[in-house]
Amino acid sequence: MKITLDQVDYVAALGRLALSREEKMKFMGQLDDVLKYMDTLSAVPTDNVEPMAGPVELFTPMRDDTVNPSLLIEEALANAPASDGSSFLVPKIIE
Amino acid sequence: MEFEAVIGLEVHAQLLTNSKAFCSCTTKFGSAPNSNTCPICLGMPGSLPVLNSKALDYTVLMALACNCRINEVSRFARKNYYYPDLPKNYQISQYELPVAEHGWLDVDLVSGTKRIGITRIHMEEDAGKLIHDEKKSVSYVDLNRTGVPLIEIVSEPDMRTAEEAAAYLRSLRSILVYLGICDGNMEEGSFRCDANVSIRPRGRQALGTKTELKNMNSFKNVQKGLEYEIERHTEILTDGGTIVQETRLFDPSSGSTVSMRSKEQAHDYRYFPDPDLLPLKVEPELVEKMKKAMPELPRAKRDRFIKDFGIPEYDASVLTAERPLAQFFEDTVAIFANPKAVSNWIMTEFMRAAKGQDSGLISSPVNPANLAKLLGMIEDGTISGKIGKTVFEEMWGTGKAPDDIVREKGLVQVSDVSELTKVIAKILADNPKEVSRYLAGKTQLLAFFVGQTMRATRGKANPQLVNEILTVELDKLKN
Repeated sequence: MKITLDQVDYVAALGRLALSREEKMKFMGQLDDVLKYMDTLSAVPTDNVEPMAGPVELFTPMRDDTVNPSLLIEEALANAPASDGSSFLVPKIIE
Repeated sequence: MEFEAVIGLEVHAQLLTNSKAFCSCTTKFGSAPNSNTCPICLGMPGSLPVLNSKALDYTVLMALACNCRINEVSRFARKNYYYPDLPKNYQISQYELPVAEHGWLDVDLVSGTKRIGITRIHMEEDAGKLIHDEKKSVSYVDLNRTGVPLIEIVSEPDMRTAEEAAAYLRSLRSILVYLGICDGNMEEGSFRCDANVSIRPRGRQALGTKTELKNMNSFKNVQKGLEYEIERHTEILTDGGTIVQETRLFDPSSGSTVSMRSKEQAHDYRYFPDPDLLPLKVEPELVEKMKKAMPELPRAKRDRFIKDFGIPEYDASVLTAERPLAQFFEDTVAIFANPKAVSNWIMTEFMRAAKGQDSGLISSPVNPANLAKLLGMIEDGTISGKIGKTVFEEMWGTGKAPDDIVREKGLVQVSDVSELTKVIAKILADNPKEVSRYLAGKTQLLAFFVGQTMRATRGKANPQLVNEILTVELDKLKN
């Protein structure tokens, strides 16, 4: 195994995921497969290969700096679990 | 042991585009909460970001002004973290491949010029705003600012004192405002600064443990926060303790810094290339276009002012701190060709009056033509310098031309010798006691007689003439 259970817990915590013991074991195996695949890739000789910024030979398109209408406030808030009709509401964040 | 500080700054500048970085919502400040949002900046599934070309133009402009090398190909990356002001749970930023790297700025200090390295300049998007309720257990989220384009300018750890950091910051702000790509408002957060600071025994190369400082929303607070933090590090190390690497908030009310525990955990942003955005190409044509669009920058303008106008370095620095002020000076000198006189007036009367209004020079009620006219009237003796100040106040208050004010208020300087002699004769006759004391040797009383004459003429007497006539008249009484 290239990955420990602690590392699985750490990654799950970063992603705000609550995992059962079975799920942790399952994902540990899957993450391990991903890392092993990286080892396979590392074995390919790349000494004379130019690094690529991306897999396609295209660059990001751009738009002009023009303003278009935004959503109505009620549309913006439509999916919010909690709102006061003007803002999204979340449990108090204290710094 | 003697310590030296090592300071690096991360500066975020909001770009003055009309629309957001990756969607066409307006960037307008002060709208009703959540009225400037769309599926893209709200992070709705299935929406796709498209880069605002103006944001790239501005980034390239700043990169050139900071002597950076521009990467022809760069990449957007996702910076992942959970916080309610970030609806996508990641911020579109740049990581391994920023738009620009390896720049520098020359910064003027009391001790001379110092070159501060600039590690990188990259593009990213701003987060939303949280408002906390004092009474209820909720926070309100306003996503209007979410997606507004920012550039982050990261310096090398080249600064050794809080003053150096403040000088570098001032110079960055000045350039951004000159370029017209950021309004530079620290209080409103369109120009923000985080600082990394550590100390080490003087002469040692290796760096000490650093702390990150946030929440310094003015130049003064940046300097105060850094001074406090350097002092805190020094005390801890002198007492044999160790510095904890952490993020600390500056508290302006106490002038101290406090640990920000909530951000200590999970400083793991798991950056990866944003699959929604292809690599960004900066065409050489764009770089050329921006080079041509580059205005004269503050230091170059200052040096030209010293050379072309022969004004002192201090004057030139003050006058070139803001581009509209420098323009105002040049426009005035073009009409009234006495640069030092113009500089004196702008740095005193003009800047004092402009300080009182938020919009500053842009809506100044006094234009260069009228200031030049006023200075001309003082120079040719139409009015005295003192009356000039009164006229200036009136110009600022009403927007009227100085000659109109002088005519309407009858402020023309009295330079008629016979008229002034008459006034002075009366004053000498009315003040026999002072006259005899003057004649007995108390010559300082001349100022008293000048004052009386000015009062009698309501300030309109030509002060130089008054002096001359008084001396002559008093001399006559000596025998």
